[in-house]
Amino acid sequence: MSLLDQPSSPSLSGGGMTRRQAWGLVGLFAAAVIVWLVFAVWPDWLNAILISKKAFVSAILNGITLAGLYFLVASGFTLIFGLMRNVNLAHGSLYLLGAYIGYEVTSRTGYWLLGVAAGFAVLAIVGVVMQVFVFRRLEGDDLRQTLVSIGISIVAADLMLAVWAGGTYQIATPEWLDGALTLPIITAVRSNGASVFLTYPLYRLVVLAAAIVIGVGLWLMLHRTRVGMMIRAGVDDRAMLQASGVNVHAVFAIVFAVGAGLAGFAGVVGGSALSVAPGEDVRYLLASLVVVIVGGMGSITGAAIGALLIGLAEQIGLVYFPTYGIVLTFVIMVVTLAVRPQGIMGKAR
Amino acid sequence: MRMHRRTLLALAAFTGLTAPSMALAADDTIKIGLLATFEGPFTVLGEDGERGAMTAVAEMNGTVAGKKIEIVKGSSDASPDSAVRAARKLVEQDGVKVLVGPLSGDEGLAVKDYAKTQPNVTFINGTSAAQDTTLRDPAENFFRFSTDGAQWMAGLGTYAFKDKGYKKVATVAEDYSFPYTQVFGFMAEFCKAGGHVPSKSWVPIGNKDFSSVIAAIPEDVDAIYVALGGADAVNFLTQYQQGGGSAPLIGGSITVDQTVLTSKGKLRDVLKGTPSAGPTADTNDAPAWKAFVEAYKKQPGAFPSPSLFAHGYYVDMKATLLGLDQVGGDVSDGGKKLRDALSKLSFDTPTGKVSLDKNRNAIADIFLTEVTEGADGNLMNKLVKVVPQVNQTLGIPEDEFMKLGAVNRDNPSCP
Repeated sequence: MSLLDQPSSPSLSGGGMTRRQAWGLVGLFAAAVIVWLVFAVWPDWLNAILISKKAFVSAILNGITLAGLYFLVASGFTLIFGLMRNVNLAHGSLYLLGAYIGYEVTSRTGYWLLGVAAGFAVLAIVGVVMQVFVFRRLEGDDLRQTLVSIGISIVAADLMLAVWAGGTYQIATPEWLDGALTLPIITAVRSNGASVFLTYPLYRLVVLAAAIVIGVGLWLMLHRTRVGMMIRAGVDDRAMLQASGVNVHAVFAIVFAVGAGLAGFAGVVGGSALSVAPGEDVRYLLASLVVVIVGGMGSITGAAIGALLIGLAEQIGLVYFPTYGIVLTFVIMVVTLAVRPQGIMGKAR
Repeated sequence: MRMHRRTLLALAAFTGLTAPSMALAADDTIKIGLLATFEGPFTVLGEDGERGAMTAVAEMNGTVAGKKIEIVKGSSDASPDSAVRAARKLVEQDGVKVLVGPLSGDEGLAVKDYAKTQPNVTFINGTSAAQDTTLRDPAENFFRFSTDGAQWMAGLGTYAFKDKGYKKVATVAEDYSFPYTQVFGFMAEFCKAGGHVPSKSWVPIGNKDFSSVIAAIPEDVDAIYVALGGADAVNFLTQYQQGGGSAPLIGGSITVDQTVLTSKGKLRDVLKGTPSAGPTADTNDAPAWKAFVEAYKKQPGAFPSPSLFAHGYYVDMKATLLGLDQVGGDVSDGGKKLRDALSKLSFDTPTGKVSLDKNRNAIADIFLTEVTEGADGNLMNKLVKVVPQVNQTLGIPEDEFMKLGAVNRDNPSCP
């Protein structure tokens, strides 16, 4: 709170610094600390507190890559909600179905990229079918849409259990994505003076890169194209958009296709990094719900921020206080709801 | 409010109508509840447990003491509350008087507590292997013919220290009672032999992303002891391989079980040569074991070799049926005769003789194993050594053993 108060009393902050400048300084300081933590060789006392530099930096990197995965799932979820006011609680099932389809295609053809493409394409079609045959019929009836989507998720989970049984599947990544990369980050110095560099799985960096590319792509689509303009207009005022002659149903179908396709894409990518098993659907639904609540409904930037917070919280919690790690995620959610109920980037309605 | 009351009334009437028809099951059948994890992270394990139980039923041709065996299934998701919910459903709605299960450690502790409230129902364990299910504060009507997680580790700590030469070992295990028990069993011997365990990582059950945990393992350990089950083990091993991990592994009983060894993916290379111990060994040459494997393989969807869950459920179901046979399938006295028969029961299983101690926990043979690739390309647990007739206190006198304290995250400790 004191940070917030400071700028409003210029006499204390020395020489009339504006609120913005004060925040900028805080941000710069935080950035400097992070850069130092990542690149400096740690003194022993710091190693003692944070287990080891390797553990800390890996947790941060893992948090960021996990955030990439969460973002892929949650961005579709937030788009669908923002536009249609429809909490699609079957979103997790779309993730899991995408993963299974990716596994089947990859193991049959041997081409991982084909599996990723199939995961996106099939789920995009499933999304359109769901929109046209289910959600369009229940338009404007939030409660029924929500209940129907829960129903779909339960039926889908059992159908997938019937087809793929309860086993754990691992989607095989191609050779060129295997192995670990040595990063220019020194984790320790051996007694003979040789530096130990951090190695990190290449695949996870690729996941992160994919998430960033898709995030930027989505942002550009929303802010620089005609379809994006219509979607944003629909988020703000659907009735007005319809009145100005736009085929709202076509826009809805596009959004549903993109959202569901992204969930399928994330399923294949995530199923290669981690694994595919029953129960993943609920896990990712929960993750995207928390991400979207924290980030703000209907905002892509919000989804990115929310995913980053939740991913980092999960990984840091796992390393430093595993027993209570899961609580951290929900503390973030509770604090957000208490301080800013519409989410970090959400618009008050 | 009116609606509410009316609904309640309707429900009550409905229950009143259906309950008697359930209780009046035909006289020539006997109902046995089978509780296992048919959902959640341990689904594969539960399904194999069922195959084991059904192997025992098939061995008796589906009848006991002239009565037809009717198996009523209950499903949990490895969480204690889901296990109790499923047990309540089986006992209070389906009216079973004999219940076999559950599968997982915390579930066992919860079902044991529930058993105390149902003195007329006989509970026989599935494969749950937490120590205190039978050691401290046991229930009179809870029997465990499968051994506990600490017993399963018999011989492994000494083998790792003396034969493998590991002096410093880090542990990675799930954060609940069964892995505590397994780590306890391993460390009891390993620390006594002179080994050190500088770091113990406890991860939540169902965790997916282990890379941060892997990064936090100290680099100067000789080996990593891994006690994870099902999907968790698969995830850990895959990510360990992806991250270029090089320290050798020591496996908990369910980490190198068939449920994990048969997984698809690249984790096979990491697993080869991993020593472990447990109630079964895939390459056991004993004729009784071979006969059991053949019988097990007749079950739909069977693994190349039965997992320890199939084995545990088989042994417990077999004991149940033998007990029922002795009392002529009669549980009308609240199961008292059946429980007397079970307490005294001693029989030969595919893995040797099993009898119960005074807490109704099994004394049985334990197998020290190492993962190898079989002739058909399947990964197998090769038998290294049999540790005969291990009891729950691991051969330590009981009062001395109790002084070691209850197992938890920090006990035992030898950094």
